[in-house]
Amino acid sequence: MTTTQIDNPRIEVDPEGFLLRPEQWNETIAESIARENGVAELTDRHWLVVRFMRERYLATGAAPSVRALGKESGVSIKELYELFPKGPAKLAAKIGGIPKPKGCI
Amino acid sequence: MTMLLEQPHDTPLEPPTIEKVAIVVSKGSLEGIYPALIMANGARMEGIEADLFFTFFGLDAIRKDRYGKIKVATVGNPGMHLPTWIGAIPGFSALATRMMQRQMEKIDIPPIPEFVDLVADSGVRLYACKASVDMFGLTLDDFVPHVEEIISVGEFYEKAAGGQIVFT
Repeated sequence: MTTTQIDNPRIEVDPEGFLLRPEQWNETIAESIARENGVAELTDRHWLVVRFMRERYLATGAAPSVRALGKESGVSIKELYELFPKGPAKLAAKIGGIPKPKGCI
Repeated sequence: MTMLLEQPHDTPLEPPTIEKVAIVVSKGSLEGIYPALIMANGARMEGIEADLFFTFFGLDAIRKDRYGKIKVATVGNPGMHLPTWIGAIPGFSALATRMMQRQMEKIDIPPIPEFVDLVADSGVRLYACKASVDMFGLTLDDFVPHVEEIISVGEFYEKAAGGQIVFT
């Protein structure tokens, strides 16, 4: 059963596929968003970043920048880009079920 | 009278995206360097490939002895909205730089040395312009270790092939 959970009409997403309601998120949804975005398997390191993004967003109302991710998540900038080659902040936010980060940094 | 029963229609195309950028940094002031770093970092954040090519005074952004001392231009900069003689007061540029940096730190923009590290770690490739390096009498040792090569403008165009070139 690898069909995408995002096809579920109850999960509301924006045109780019970011969840509109973070509370609708769960780990199965995370895994299917990851697969759809070129991350075949979420390792512990991926999860560390995804959870950090999500928790920070839920606590502060804003997703952390790549700079903050590199300093505070415990994963270096280099490794962030290895884990999420198509953009760590954007992709980790998407997989973590939070809105797209708006910052320029 | 003829009528078209079927409208000719194009096959739907994917919206065009930018896959690669090569950004030229030609100025050595704070306001000359930041836009290029922000654009390069922003490109990587979107998964876009990015190269930075430093030329003329833009080389200050990657010179070990200078990149920690980049200042705002307070003279000859109409954006400052100040009489030129005020901008020329000793220490004024340093003061304006400190104020601006404090403001940038608040919105999470790093100081230049950290920003150069950040973009390099993000996969941006840094190059120094050969003509400028020769003109200033510099060598690869004068630059931060992230700088990969000193290249000619021809080599720059080769590396930029297939992407967008941005001049700052």
